[in-house]
Amino acid sequence: MEVRIDKVRKEFDRFAALHDVSLDIRSGELIALLGPSGSGKTTLLRLIAGLERPTNGKIFFGEEDASDKTVQERNIGFVFQHYALFRHMTVLENISFGLKVRPKETRPASADIRRKALELLDFVQLSGLDKRYPNQLSGGQRQRVALARALAIEPRVLLLDEPFGALDAQVRRELRRWLREVHDRTGHTTVFVTHDQEEALELADRLCVMSQGRIEQVGTPDEVYDRPTSPFVFNFIGESSELAVTAENKELWIGGRAIGLPSDGFEGQGRLFFRPHDVDLVEGDAALAGVVISSRRVGGTRRVELAIGGDAQKIEIDLPFDHPAGERSRLAFRPKRWRLFPTAEVHQKVP
Amino acid sequence: MAHVTTGSSGWRWRQPSVIPGFGMTFGFTLVYFSLIVLIPLAALVVRSAGLGLDGFLRYASDARVIGALRVSFVTALIAASVNVVFGTLIAWVLVRYRFPGRRLFDAIVDLPFALPTAVAGIALTAIYAPNGSIGALLAPLGIRVAYTPLGIVVAMIFIGLPFVVRTVQPILDEVNKEVEEAAATLGANRFQIVWRVILPGLTPAILTGFALAFARAVGEYGSIIFIAGNIPFVSEIAPLLIVIRLEEFNYVGAAVIGTLMLGIAFMMLLVINLIQAWSRKRFGYGQ
Amino acid sequence: MANRYPSATSESRPVQWLLIAICLAFMALFLVLPLYAVFSEALRQGLGAFFSSLQSPDAQSAIRLTLTVAVIAVPLNVVFGICAAWAIAKYEFKGKALLITLIDLPFSISPVIAGLVYVLLFGAGSFLGPWLKSYGIEVLFAVPGIVLATIFVTFPFVARELIPLMQDQGTGDEEAALSLGASGWQTFMRVTLPNIRWGLLYGVLLCNARAMGEFGAVAVVSGKIRGQTTTMPLQVEMLYNEYNATAAFALASLLALLALVTLVLKSLLEWRFSDELAATNGGH
Repeated sequence: MEVRIDKVRKEFDRFAALHDVSLDIRSGELIALLGPSGSGKTTLLRLIAGLERPTNGKIFFGEEDASDKTVQERNIGFVFQHYALFRHMTVLENISFGLKVRPKETRPASADIRRKALELLDFVQLSGLDKRYPNQLSGGQRQRVALARALAIEPRVLLLDEPFGALDAQVRRELRRWLREVHDRTGHTTVFVTHDQEEALELADRLCVMSQGRIEQVGTPDEVYDRPTSPFVFNFIGESSELAVTAENKELWIGGRAIGLPSDGFEGQGRLFFRPHDVDLVEGDAALAGVVISSRRVGGTRRVELAIGGDAQKIEIDLPFDHPAGERSRLAFRPKRWRLFPTAEVHQKVP
Repeated sequence: MAHVTTGSSGWRWRQPSVIPGFGMTFGFTLVYFSLIVLIPLAALVVRSAGLGLDGFLRYASDARVIGALRVSFVTALIAASVNVVFGTLIAWVLVRYRFPGRRLFDAIVDLPFALPTAVAGIALTAIYAPNGSIGALLAPLGIRVAYTPLGIVVAMIFIGLPFVVRTVQPILDEVNKEVEEAAATLGANRFQIVWRVILPGLTPAILTGFALAFARAVGEYGSIIFIAGNIPFVSEIAPLLIVIRLEEFNYVGAAVIGTLMLGIAFMMLLVINLIQAWSRKRFGYGQ
Repeated sequence: MANRYPSATSESRPVQWLLIAICLAFMALFLVLPLYAVFSEALRQGLGAFFSSLQSPDAQSAIRLTLTVAVIAVPLNVVFGICAAWAIAKYEFKGKALLITLIDLPFSISPVIAGLVYVLLFGAGSFLGPWLKSYGIEVLFAVPGIVLATIFVTFPFVARELIPLMQDQGTGDEEAALSLGASGWQTFMRVTLPNIRWGLLYGVLLCNARAMGEFGAVAVVSGKIRGQTTTMPLQVEMLYNEYNATAAFALASLLALLALVTLVLKSLLEWRFSDELAATNGGH
């Protein structure tokens, strides 16, 4: 099921949580809504679910306009961060709930409901726990039950709100891999919300990076990581180093020195972004050069902090761990991949 | 006193602590509790036990005693049931809805805890007497409240209401909105969400509130005697019969009824604790 | 956020108003109306009759006795409540849960039984009563009996407020104070007491309201000797049974006023210092 979000705006008491957001979610894909808290990602998810009503705009499920459908009519599966299991029901009763509350005409026979719930329990690898109460399960097991419960109603779209947010790091990694398997086996269109970039990069087919109620970038993990389209995405995904530069005569300058990078037609004040590990050490003048302020080994690399230019802007780069970068020594390097954003845009976008 | 331990290893009655004063505070607690509560209660039980089983049963099977216990039980059951319905509803409204005066009504719920029972008794009687503000309205319909068992029920509703509200309210407050949303995403309509998801989750609290209101109603005296009419076998409650027996200097008769009621109180206490333990064990919450 | 769209987590506005109306009507009928009746009956014959009935010697003596009983019973239960809460909250020992249940016991027992047990303990035919009498000490049908019965019924109030509160607060503050060289008493006065003051006040408030208003237990042990062993609630009953309704309601209105003051202070404490009160304020 494709989901199309068309210029959706959501205001809470005049405060705009989402500004005219549009997004096409492809059938069968696993897409992550990624952003810091307050970016509107959970609001967007709840709008798709029908738990909130858009102030403006429309939401389509396939060709059908779902904007006026209630949450009950939308037939979506929703998994909450804190599981939201019914504590007075057994695991089996939890999973069967969605089928049991159907009107008589569409409700399966109770034997069928039971069989289906047991199948799902098996599917989420919790066979034998059908008579347990949620209270008697671990966090990871509870989230599996929550997923089985959501799958029981054969949802058109599966929505997960920070599904692993309440779990330990170990369980979280395990469930992450497992969720990917489940997705590959069931093929549900799946949208999940996370603030954890590692989780999003590892799990999702596509990322939708959000900030301050707007979508910053949509793309595959590789696209978003390698070609961030905004300073925000550069900062938010992966590590980045940032320098104030001047573009003049088709070249970039810091403190009156050319740094050996073309300005690509841009003139004026700008900010240069690059990944600390994505640099080449070079000899000679036409490069970024600076004095080593500190140098420490981080695992397999050496993290070096440099002061660059007359105003001693501080940035970090990664070198091989055996590089003899002593303090106060001088280093010159050139980023392999980099992006230049006009200063005005940076100030506007970075919170 | 401060080091009640048995040997260097194994069973320890108390974990060691650097904080001083255990001996004094614990000792005072036990002595005071024994003097005020335990020994007097023991006196009651001893007095009844002195009768032997036969004697006890002879007193207990007195028709008027059984009649009074029946009146107390039946009226308390009805009142506690009414309180469960309205107490839960009031808790719901106070927790879920915002309306002008909500805090005022929230505070008023505790009135029966604060208002002396005798005051409540004469006030309810004044209202429900045939010439009272509500009694006068009901009289033409042939309904008499004051001086009938119905009056007992009214007084018991008054004194029992806060028990249900105050037991259900905090639990309802903790019900996670996400659980309701989860039910909605699974297709449940609002009625199904309330009936199948929220109310079953409140069951332990509602049962506890019922038991508390019932226990209080069975033992209540002050607010009832004014409105009840106190006719033996019809509107004479068990606590009143104790007082009557004492006024007749029939201490043994009073002790027997008192022991029976004490037994009931202990049973209710046990029931409440069992509900809480069951709720904690199964659902992971309780009070 | 006005939308016609049924929300998953609340009822529609009309249903809400219907339920609110039902609840308010029920509470008006069963709670507010009796309170109103007390004052309207008290003032039925005008302010003059109201005040003159309050100034009668019997009323005055009842008020004095009620205050006396409260002044003795409440502090004793405060000391007990603090000791019990200290022993229970600051230490780990076996049988703690049982002790907590036992402290609550007087709440589950009919007030009439609270009176009865003292009649059996000190009355004719008991061992203690005649023995004390031989020393000239009257317990039953005298002030000591009334005080004892009042202590019994108000026994748990302070303790049950302080125990959960002090359990929540743990022992960290006290351990810190002790490590800084404070004595046990200094630790209690300067660290523990400030931490529990609002909870303590809350417990005292409820304890006092019940102590002044207790009827059943006191009725059994008092003997109702006019001007000597009648507390305010007992005096209300006597006046009422003598068909002196105005005087009965006048005295009752003082007790109702006490209840209102208690409710107001209690609500203020709950609103202002809810985080410094025990989490479970339900019941009793």
